[in-house]
Amino acid sequence: MKTAGKRFWLKQVTAAAATITGFATLAPLALAQEAPKSVRIGWAIAKTGHNAGGTAATVTPNYQLWVKEVNAAGGILLKAYGKRVPIEVVEYDDRSSTEEAVRATERLMTQDKVDFVLPPWSTGSNLAVGPTYEKHKYPLLAATAVTDKAPELAKRWKHAFFFLGTGAGYAESLVSYLESAKKEGKIGNKIAMINIADGFGVELANATRKAAKQHGFELVYDKSYPIGTQDMTPLLTEIKSKNADVFIAYSYPPDTMLITEQSRINALNPKVMFTGVGTQFPMFKAKFGVATEGIMAPGGVDFDAPAIKDYFKRHKESAGYEPDRFASTIQYTTLQVLQQAIERVGKIDRAAVTQEIRTGTFDTIIGPVKLENQMLTKLWYVGQWQNGEFYGIAPANRAGAKPAIIPKPAWKN
Amino acid sequence: MNLLDILLAGSTLGGLYGLIAMGLTVQYGVARIMNLSYGEFLIAPAFLAYLGVTAWGLSPILMLLLVLPLGFIVQWLVYQLLLTPLVRRTGAGPALEVDSILATFGLMFVVQGVMMVAFGGNYHSYTYLSTPVQILGSTVAANRLLVLGVAIALGLGLYLLLTRTRMGTVVRAVSVAPRFAPLVGIDVRFTAALAFGMGGAMVAASGVLVSMFLPFSAAMGTMFAMKALIVVIMGGVGNLMGCLLAGMMLGFAETLVATFIDPGLTLAVNYALFLGVLLLRPTGLFGKGAR
Amino acid sequence: MSRRDAMAWGAGALALAGLATVPQWMHNDYYLSLLISVLMYSVLASAWALFSGPTRYVSLATVAFFGVGAYTTAVFGETLPWAAVLLIALGLGVAMALVVGLATLRLSGVYFVIFSFGLAELVKQLVTWYEVNITKDLGRYVFVDITAQDIYWQLLVLLALVLGLRAWIARTRLGLALRVIGEDETVAVHVGINTTRVKVLLFTLSAAFMTVAGAIMAPRWTYLDPTIAFAPAISFQTLIMALLGGAGSLFGPLLGAVPLVLLFEFLSANFPNHFAILVGLVFMVIVYAVPNGISGWLRRRKHHGGGK
Repeated sequence: MKTAGKRFWLKQVTAAAATITGFATLAPLALAQEAPKSVRIGWAIAKTGHNAGGTAATVTPNYQLWVKEVNAAGGILLKAYGKRVPIEVVEYDDRSSTEEAVRATERLMTQDKVDFVLPPWSTGSNLAVGPTYEKHKYPLLAATAVTDKAPELAKRWKHAFFFLGTGAGYAESLVSYLESAKKEGKIGNKIAMINIADGFGVELANATRKAAKQHGFELVYDKSYPIGTQDMTPLLTEIKSKNADVFIAYSYPPDTMLITEQSRINALNPKVMFTGVGTQFPMFKAKFGVATEGIMAPGGVDFDAPAIKDYFKRHKESAGYEPDRFASTIQYTTLQVLQQAIERVGKIDRAAVTQEIRTGTFDTIIGPVKLENQMLTKLWYVGQWQNGEFYGIAPANRAGAKPAIIPKPAWKN
Repeated sequence: MNLLDILLAGSTLGGLYGLIAMGLTVQYGVARIMNLSYGEFLIAPAFLAYLGVTAWGLSPILMLLLVLPLGFIVQWLVYQLLLTPLVRRTGAGPALEVDSILATFGLMFVVQGVMMVAFGGNYHSYTYLSTPVQILGSTVAANRLLVLGVAIALGLGLYLLLTRTRMGTVVRAVSVAPRFAPLVGIDVRFTAALAFGMGGAMVAASGVLVSMFLPFSAAMGTMFAMKALIVVIMGGVGNLMGCLLAGMMLGFAETLVATFIDPGLTLAVNYALFLGVLLLRPTGLFGKGAR
Repeated sequence: MSRRDAMAWGAGALALAGLATVPQWMHNDYYLSLLISVLMYSVLASAWALFSGPTRYVSLATVAFFGVGAYTTAVFGETLPWAAVLLIALGLGVAMALVVGLATLRLSGVYFVIFSFGLAELVKQLVTWYEVNITKDLGRYVFVDITAQDIYWQLLVLLALVLGLRAWIARTRLGLALRVIGEDETVAVHVGINTTRVKVLLFTLSAAFMTVAGAIMAPRWTYLDPTIAFAPAISFQTLIMALLGGAGSLFGPLLGAVPLVLLFEFLSANFPNHFAILVGLVFMVIVYAVPNGISGWLRRRKHHGGGK
């Protein structure tokens, strides 16, 4: 800061001299000499370990696409220097370990001294690095964390922003949507629910239990299964015998595939089938093809929007595969928010950028985005595969919502 | 779930567990190598099968036949090049176990790392024989039934090989008393390498079979290795029938608990069963004497 | 106590005091966090070697105790004073170890190894089931007000205790009994050593240290769930470090833990995309080049040098 002090006085003297010859021509010249060589962006994500699958689907391709496109345009526009400055990336592998994620994040902030840090995948990892971001005053744009504690954490961590909502939000949206279907006579009042014994599954199941009671549904089957279960048949056979119209499975990518596959084999045909993370992945569409018709899951995309279509195309070209239809669009949105916040502030000033993220309105692929109390509420809570695309269906009153297909067409074996 | 449903679900799951463990029990039983990289050599053929099916349009059954000799050669080479120096150094004593843990741990990292670089961390999956088979009113997936079939066939086949052929007797001799086998003219190193290779062929086959119905990723090898270890130890090291029986017990326990008690306790009961068997029979169901 | 012994203890105390001052002058969060990691694994590896070194029972149950300690902090950290939390963790560790120790005595060799692994997994499954169905709250937040410096000092104290204990035991009859058991357990029984009591005692002591270490480390993670607290990687890394350094000697585990933690960090920071491959290669090189662990290698060199 001493250097800046000297420079400050030097500028004043120069500016005073420049007033005689013409302030406007000299001042930007003096400032342009201070422009940083690059905007240093760091990330510590799971390249290996049990979080690597989710990271590769949702996080990595978006980070890489964003950097590539920004640098192709010359970089981020820092108007304080009147030029575009390219992004330089510093990346680490957190090996799916919270200990390593915390340390790698500290390394990025205190050793590499990057300008901004992008977060890892999953609720657990984002929460683990939260205190580090807060301590060093870096904005945390959490795009892959679903937690009911978000409002509380937002109060505790002034630099944390939650873009993927709360468990209660998803459960309430789904169950109230089902209630209207119930009123229309499309489904009965029985729900069979299973959830993976992990944070995501447990939170959503808890929230659904409450919502079910409030909206007049009966949970005829309510069980959790451990991570690493390799055969869902016993659960599915039990559920089949309960004759529930609604089958909800809060699952993760490997079990989502298993549940769908084995439901088909065992001819489990509920009127509404809602599975968890993984349903929205391109791998799901590739494996099940037309059999995906009618399956619901968290998330959703407004495919008819040109911005979304364009994003899908660019993502496919860059990564070689399509984005997922749940958190990918949100992940990319956070990058747009970050970039626009930086560009509005005009220079690397984390405090100002954080403030801008908190209060500004941003133009993103999902439309205009403005956070409320550090949270994004404009989300698709329920989506459904219709005709090869995963459209958002709830909240039903949101622009672009498609009507749901109920009942789901039966499996064809 | 009626009795037949339980029987089918339990036995297919049990067959899966038994199958993935059989290669390891042969490797450990004969070569005395605690092969922690075992799971990686299950995932690698799975990837190969995936490539075969999606990129080259081949049938998984063809891939299955292809990986058998391939798996044998790879593991045979691993034994000859990487593990023989350790065997020589430790004289195949108890220190070999410690050294083989460390060395195969390193190998596990290397193989997993290579697969990560090649395929990324994504889940991969393809569909094959995913058709329902009706047996007396109960449904089971064809590919899982195939796993059960292969497990039984391999188990019986190997059992006959080990008990009815001369080579089999040699292998058993090395397994029981490696120090004394040379006294009767057995080349222990050759036999151990052979057994290690056989284990490699078996794990490669199980990898291809598993890939037909389970989504897999480069990071999943460790889970399979751990599962195989549990089954091997529970059945008694080196004993193929023990392996199959242990696998069946675990498969049925899991199915019964999921149906009648609570699906959330399936793995807990499995581990408890494993621990219980060991407490009652400290060398596994059919294991012989402490090592 | 002989003069040599007194000097050794003195040197140890001096080193301890020196290490204790580190947080005062090191104001870099990152390096402090690295040191904490080194200390944690030093404690775990030494505690592991406390039991597994002399008895030659290779245990993969480390994380079962570590995780229980971490969960103790997660459950009681915000409501009870810190000393109480550590005491509860200690008590739980001891209780668990006694039960397990008494039950597993007939097991040996590879059966014990995998048994200990199965045990850790069983604990993880039970804790998960309990959290999902009884408390209905799987992920726990650990907002305990402990600074990194405090964690550093507590781990340092723990390390001093475990090393001191190992050094002291080696000089007692207990230590002699241990060496006999390690060489040949049948002989030990015939000589009249109560092998049961010795093994269970050591297993319990070892577990106590591991549990308290887990309780101390938990505040660093903010968010805890069974997958994080009971990660098998912790058991494996502890085992590898202790074996690599030489589980038989006093400082062997440290000779394994310190370089490996630093190596992991170096590789993580410089080769993020090829970490696994490089770590694997390094392991393999070490195994082939250094047969009896680093301490064994050092000992051989010393004897070769002295013999001439």
